[in-house]
Parts: sequence; structure tokens; C-alpha cells
Amino acid sequence: MDLYEHQGKELFAKHGIALAESAVARTPEEARRAAERMGGRVAVKVQVQTGGRGKGGGIVLTKEPQEAFDAAERLLHQGFNGTPVTRVLVEKLVDIRGEFYCAITLDRSAGTYLAMVSNEGGVDIEEISRTSPEAIRRANVHPVIGMKGYAVRYLAGHLPADAKAGAAGLLPKLYEVLTAEDATLVEVNPLALLTDGTVIPLDAKVTIDDNALYRHPELAALRSEFPVDPTQARANEQGLQYVKLDGEVGIIGNGAGLVMSTLDVVSQAGGKPANFLDVGGGASADSMATSLEVVLSDPQVRSVLVNIFGGITRGELVAQGILEALKRVDPKVKIVVRLDGTNAEEGREILERAAHPTLVPAATMLEAAAKAVELANAGEGA
Amino acid sequence: MAILIGGDTRLVVQGITGREGTFHTLRNRAYGTNVVAGVTPGKSGQDVEGIPVFDTVEEAAGATGANAGLIFVPARFAADAIYEAADAGLGLVVCITENIPVKDMAVAVAYLHGSGTTLVGPNCPGLISPGKANVGIIPGEICSPGAVGLISRSGTLTYQIVNELTQRGIGQSTCVGMGGDPVHGIGFVEALERFEADPQTEAVVVIGEIGGSDEERAAAFIRDHVSKPVVAYVAGFSAPPGKRMGHAGAIITGSSGTAQAKADAFEEAGVRVGRNPAEVAELMRETLRG
Repeated sequence: MDLYEHQGKELFAKHGIALAESAVARTPEEARRAAERMGGRVAVKVQVQTGGRGKGGGIVLTKEPQEAFDAAERLLHQGFNGTPVTRVLVEKLVDIRGEFYCAITLDRSAGTYLAMVSNEGGVDIEEISRTSPEAIRRANVHPVIGMKGYAVRYLAGHLPADAKAGAAGLLPKLYEVLTAEDATLVEVNPLALLTDGTVIPLDAKVTIDDNALYRHPELAALRSEFPVDPTQARANEQGLQYVKLDGEVGIIGNGAGLVMSTLDVVSQAGGKPANFLDVGGGASADSMATSLEVVLSDPQVRSVLVNIFGGITRGELVAQGILEALKRVDPKVKIVVRLDGTNAEEGREILERAAHPTLVPAATMLEAAAKAVELANAGEGA
Repeated sequence: MAILIGGDTRLVVQGITGREGTFHTLRNRAYGTNVVAGVTPGKSGQDVEGIPVFDTVEEAAGATGANAGLIFVPARFAADAIYEAADAGLGLVVCITENIPVKDMAVAVAYLHGSGTTLVGPNCPGLISPGKANVGIIPGEICSPGAVGLISRSGTLTYQIVNELTQRGIGQSTCVGMGGDPVHGIGFVEALERFEADPQTEAVVVIGEIGGSDEERAAAFIRDHVSKPVVAYVAGFSAPPGKRMGHAGAIITGSSGTAQAKADAFEEAGVRVGRNPAEVAELMRETLRG
């Protein structure tokens, strides 16, 4: 779960990290009043779950409260990169002497955490990592011993002399946020050295491990604050993984790897997948019916490809599940079904005998993909 | 031979009395796996269709000589189950449980370092040495004994590719589902090491997917240390680029973790890459004939 900047900063504050004065505003008027309190010179920052705010016009620097009102009004009304915006963060402008970068995240290849500090900060940190990798110091943090003093000294050791102490004080607190809150990412860009000598995070990107939310009820409660697409919500309720894409071939499969593979095969056959839908292990009649409803709710879909590998769930049960689902959903497009695995033949026979007008059987993944793409293209001409 | 499990495997199932635990334990036993014990706290003295249940792994191993564990306990207790299996001295622990917090796994994997216990998973389908033993949830029906080792991050995609191999008369030595979690036990490299040393295994299939850098490291390892032929598959060429929050992940890997980058890494290491599951099996058939 990706937190908004202000939520991340609230976690920072909870763990004793000093921050610039700020306030959340949900209306332009609230933004104006907050700016007034802070003396007019503020940053109005859009609160979204993605990056690229600086480049995308999501951060507006103002000189007086009315400008904060206008900026908030525009951001709240227009949204940001297609995402609805429910709030902005109004933050008092500070006098900056230097900008750096730091992050602590999971290092998959080492199976431990990795802390990084760059003595160059600002927007394009990935570019910095390519062009001047020596700017970034890295240290693995072993989860059993935590972030030790020597690691902190190394990580902050290449910062300007007047920023070292401040950064060194901050790093263990960021690590505390990571472990105490079950985050998988804590990123600060920029980390700022102010003219008064303090070092503070001007941004906060925090990702919480969804699997650990059960032990953080206060974080789990934040879920309802993020915008959710209704189709997505419906799929999630049923335990389905659904991602909308922009093609015409609807795709349903069981298991994330197999569904990804199905998307690839459809693309190779010259089609464009309309979605990713993982129905999960079982593929019961219930989950299959919901899957079809979800996929067919996308008006762009011109054919559907159901690709199920019967493992423990036997082929005949999957076939019955599909037929049962078709009693509840009345699709206007053809559905190509490809069953494989345990008792696949029995399953295919059941589908053949049913001779449902919208079902098109296929024997292999490649044949199924070719048929689904052909049907999608034919549908386009009609 | 085969790797990790075989005729000498003596299995204890943690969480044996749960619905999933009982179902898959009995399937594993029906396949021919020597299931010697189960563990459910508070149910000591009971049995599951003749398999004795103990309170702790220590007692189960002491009474039955179990040398491998299979975990079906809920996510919030799964890390403890891994510690318990390791402390009881089991050489292999297979954790099927999904949704375990990353922090728990980071500590667990660190604890296992140098412990003499090999972990498979979590969030994995387990592993099977066809004709010898099945530990986990891989459907034994689609496998056949033979000379191809297989290691994969995926579940049903693994079944798909195993099935393609079996249909072409290509049997398997051991199929390992390492699971898709960011912090996990055995990976491509550790499995490849074992397949390279296993006399039954003549060639290896590696099944990867987008995200992380496991495939890139596997490719480098194959180039430097694997003499047996390897065929690879990478899923996710047309997967949507994930909505990314920060930049830290990309800075670590130095790549975007895309399917193309992974396929390129394999090909540069001399590994043939199939474009779909059927082509993987075809490439393996050519390789074995070659």
C-alpha cells in the first residue's frame, strides 16, 4: 500500500523526525487559510500515490494565500495524471542550502534491506544513478542487527560536512519507520540541508507491506482514503486479481504466471490484451462467473480468452464452472476456452456436448490465442 | 538421484489437521511420499488417516526420524513454523503458505543462513521428484520421471510447461517451485548448483517472470558454472508497467526488471529462450536430441 506524502510524514513525525510545518487541505479555502497561517510562502503539493509530481505540475510554489487557494482549486478539480485528487498538502517554504536523496528498501537479491544515500538529490535520481553512480553510497542492513553506527557513518560520509550530523541522526529513525511500520520502502527525495543547519525530509514515499497490515489496524484503516475503481473493487472482493489494459482481447486465467504468459501469447498472435485477470487456483463456477462479468464490463472487449490449467482442480469441474457461469452472464462476444492439465479431456468433452453458442473450444494456448485475436478483429469490422 | 527430495524423504507436515494440510498430505502420500508425521499444537496423540500427530516438530522428528518439513500453517504463524522446523534439525523445509509479511521472511531467511536447513518458498507450490516423492501441491499426474530439472517462480505456469514436457515424452528429475515472494529460500542459483551436481539431471528448464533480478543472476551463474544445457522462459513481455512509487528499486537492480532485459540476459549467457510454453518444450526436445 503506497501512502500519500502527508501520511508518510505523519509516520516520520511519530518516530521523532523533524519536518517543515505543513497542513492537509481538502478544499481551496482550507489551503488558503493554511497558507495564511504560514505567512503566504508555501508549497501546495498534490497528494497522489505516484511519483512525477514535480515534473507534472503537481507542486506549486506560492507567495501569497490567494495563490495557494488557486493552486488547490486547480489540483482538486482537475486531478493529477488521470487520478482524482481529494487533498493537497500545504507546506511552509524553507530556505534550502543543499539537496540530497536517501532511501531504505528491500534488496530482493540479498534478501535484506538496503540503505542508500546520494549526495546529489532532486528529481532525477535514476539518472544520477546511471551517470554518476559514485554519488550514491549503499549499505545492506541486516534485519537481525539493524542499522548500526558504522553503517550510518559510511552512508552519510560523503555528504557536505555541515549535513553529515543531521543526516546521521535521521537515518536510524527512517530505519525505525521501515521496521516498526512494516514498510518495504521509505524514500526521501529531496533530503534537504536548510540554512539553519538542520536536515529534514521535504518529501516522503512510504510503501507498507500489505501482508503486514493485520498488525497495523491504524494503517489498514487508511485503505479507504485511496481512490478505487469500482470494477477493480468488485474483482478484489472475490479474490480476483484484475488489471485493466487498453486492448480488445479479454483474458481470464488461473495463476499470475500463466495469465502473464497468456497475455504474451495473445500479443505474439497480433492482438492486444484488454486486461489481466487471475481467477486464482480453483476456478469455481462462482469465481468464473464474476470473472466473466468483470471482463465483459469493459466495453472495448471484443473476444474473451479463458485459459485454465487444471491442476488440483480437475478439468471437468472447471468446465462445469464455465457452463454454470454462462447461465448467470449473457456475453455478447465469443469466448474461446482452452483447458489443459488434469482431466482436461473430460472437461473439453463436457464443453463440446453443451455446444454453447458463445463458446469456442481450442486445444492449445497458441491456437486459443490465434482464435481469440481473429474473433476480436472480426468483431471490429462488424 | 534427483535433488532435495527422493525415496529417502521422511516428511512431517506442519498444520496437518487444517483443511488444506489434510487434503495435500493425503495426496502427497497417495503419490508415494513417505509421510511419517504431522504437527498441530494441542492435537498430539491424534492421527490423520494413520499419520501420527505431535505437538511439536522436535517430538515428531524424534519419534519418526522425519528429515523434511512441509508447512501449511496460516501466514501469521508461518515464520515461527520455519524456525521450529530448522531448530528440530530438518534438512529441508517447504513453505506453501502465502501472504507472509516481508519483514518476517527477511529475519527467517537470515536465521536459516548456515543452519543446515534449506528452505523452499514461501508462497510456492512445493517440489516433486517424479516417481519418488511429491512435497507440496504440484499435481503429480502431469509429471513423469526423467532427466530434465526444472526451477520456477510460478505455479500454474510451471504446471503448463511440465505438462508440455511430459506430452513430448520428456520426463523430469525434480521440479522445484521456488515461489514468487521477494524474500525466499532456494532460488535459481541454488537449484542450478544442485542440478549441475545431480547425475540424473541432463538439462534444466528455468522459468522466470518480470520483477527483481533473479533471472539476471541466474544467467550469470549459468554462464560461469553450469555445463548442462539450460532452456529458459520469461513471462510478462506484455504486462503493464507497474505503477511505481519510488525509484529505489530501479537504482538497486540497475534495470527495470522487464521481461526483455531478462530474456536478453539469458541469451547473452548462451541460454535458449522459448517464446511460449510449447516452444520451451520444443527447444528442450531439440537440446536433448542434439
